[in-house]
Amino acid sequence: MIAYLARRFFQSVLILLGVSLITFALLYLLPADPVRQIAGRSATPQTVENIRRELGLDQPFLVQYGRYLLGLVQGDLGRSYLQRSEVTTLVMARLPATLLLMAGAIACELALGLTMGLIAAVKRGTATDQALMVGSFIGVSAPQFVVGLLLLYVFAVRLGWFPIGGYGTFSHLVLPSVTLGILGAGWYSRMMRSSMIDVLRQDYIRTARAKGLARSTVLFRHALPNAILPVIAMIGIDIGLFMSGIVVVEGVFGWPGIGQLAWQAIQRVDIPIIMGVTLVSACAIVLGNLLADIVTPFIDPRIKLR
Amino acid sequence: MSDQLVSEPLRSDAVPGLRRKGILAQLLARPLAVVGLAIIVLTVAGALLAPWLTPYDPNDQLFDGLTLEGAPMAPGGAFALGSDLLGRDLLTRILYGARTSLIIGIAANGVALLIGTLVGVTAGFFRGWTGTILMRFTDLMMAFPALLLAICLAAVLSPSLWIVALVIALVNWVQTARVVYTETSSLAQREFIEAERSIGAGTLRILFRHILPHLLPTIIVWGTLGISTTVLLEATLSYLGVGVQPPAPSWGNIIFENQTYFQAAPWLVFFPGAAILTLALAFNLVGDAMRDILDPTQRGRLS
Repeated sequence: MIAYLARRFFQSVLILLGVSLITFALLYLLPADPVRQIAGRSATPQTVENIRRELGLDQPFLVQYGRYLLGLVQGDLGRSYLQRSEVTTLVMARLPATLLLMAGAIACELALGLTMGLIAAVKRGTATDQALMVGSFIGVSAPQFVVGLLLLYVFAVRLGWFPIGGYGTFSHLVLPSVTLGILGAGWYSRMMRSSMIDVLRQDYIRTARAKGLARSTVLFRHALPNAILPVIAMIGIDIGLFMSGIVVVEGVFGWPGIGQLAWQAIQRVDIPIIMGVTLVSACAIVLGNLLADIVTPFIDPRIKLR
Repeated sequence: MSDQLVSEPLRSDAVPGLRRKGILAQLLARPLAVVGLAIIVLTVAGALLAPWLTPYDPNDQLFDGLTLEGAPMAPGGAFALGSDLLGRDLLTRILYGARTSLIIGIAANGVALLIGTLVGVTAGFFRGWTGTILMRFTDLMMAFPALLLAICLAAVLSPSLWIVALVIALVNWVQTARVVYTETSSLAQREFIEAERSIGAGTLRILFRHILPHLLPTIIVWGTLGISTTVLLEATLSYLGVGVQPPAPSWGNIIFENQTYFQAAPWLVFFPGAAILTLALAFNLVGDAMRDILDPTQRGRLS
């Protein structure tokens, strides 16, 4: 286990190094010149050159990248070009809001997805099953910005049940969480359904029924715990979906998380912030995958870590 | 099973589901797949016949396209789905937008499929250093937040229709590569491939006559499901303003342009939104049915 973890950790570091190199190279190739953005339109060529030198942007690519890595090792993501503050500080200030949103989304997708999958498995082959599975397809086919705008219109503008946007109370959290969670709910309902069907086929379920246990006892005490675990283990992999989703969802709802930070930075060519958010997201994704892999053998001892 | 495979040269019709009966006939036996196919056919027809289906031009800012106060017209009347904030007919823009979605859906997904298959087959068949490097690179791509990568790429390459397609392809090939890799590497170890080698078959012959036909079902299934992902990603990029650029209509940029008006004129978001959802759903329904038909190992688990 220790050897496995050490190797996976080493691999993860390599992957993150690769992510940083590719992102850095992409942003280096960016046609929009960040220095012009900072200097403003009326700046003299001399000012522009001074700023470029001050930021070290006149150096060759490898020197710039090397400097960035050196900072990274010390937990320093550099300074924002336009906001005049540390990227680490900016990201850390925004991270709690994003984590809260993700927690809300996980709650939504599990509540919705597991319930749908459970009902579909129990009612397998009926019209209910069909309808639920069509529903799950709609969930994975719905663009998040449309879902967000739709929920916003119906529940905030028309019905006035929730605030139109912003951050702070529980009611602010509901609509963004549902929007972010619907995609996952679609996947989870399908996984839950097939996992539950697999479990319901097992001999011990037949035995439990045969010895006269109530249907609901068999379902909730014997089948559900076994069916639910492999599905829950997938949460780690969701992080990747979330990291794409937050850019859109935070934008629609004005949620002050790292998704919005990244989006604003992209529009202003604030390269250190774009780098920072991409790296933090990649870290989260790698960590999520690692977590999913570590949890799996505990849930199913037949699977061995290699 | 493998004995039979050794003695008989493999053709595509030896692969389950690809028999003479045809995928189409089997698809038509499934109600959900029929719904999906109908939506796809209707969308293609709408995109192709757009100039005959609507009297307007997608970029015409019509004289009577705005109310006296300068607001978009509500659905009904001369504009079946209303008009947008510049007084253009929404239905016309959606019909022409279908062209954008379909072109990008097919082109971007085609390229992604090609890259994914190439990487997956090469890594799975040749292994060694090439394989390791390719698969590590695939792992690396998996760690990228896909949308952020696409936005950065789109910003670097300054978007046009084909650039958007390319960006999506460069982000979306990863899943295909992984699936194809897994299948190829298990195929490459099977006895019938060993047998082919021992009778002196060349690498190319093995690849094209024996590996690729077996991969075909997987490629078809992922190809169909992938169009849905592609349509969604194009819509999202265009909604964020880094995809297809106005005035060229795309379902995503219609919403991007009209978003400020959306509380007063919600139809400007809902109709194009419904179009995106319906087309993505259609490809998902057909793709899922294809998986049931073509991939017998999955059948027991999903139905």
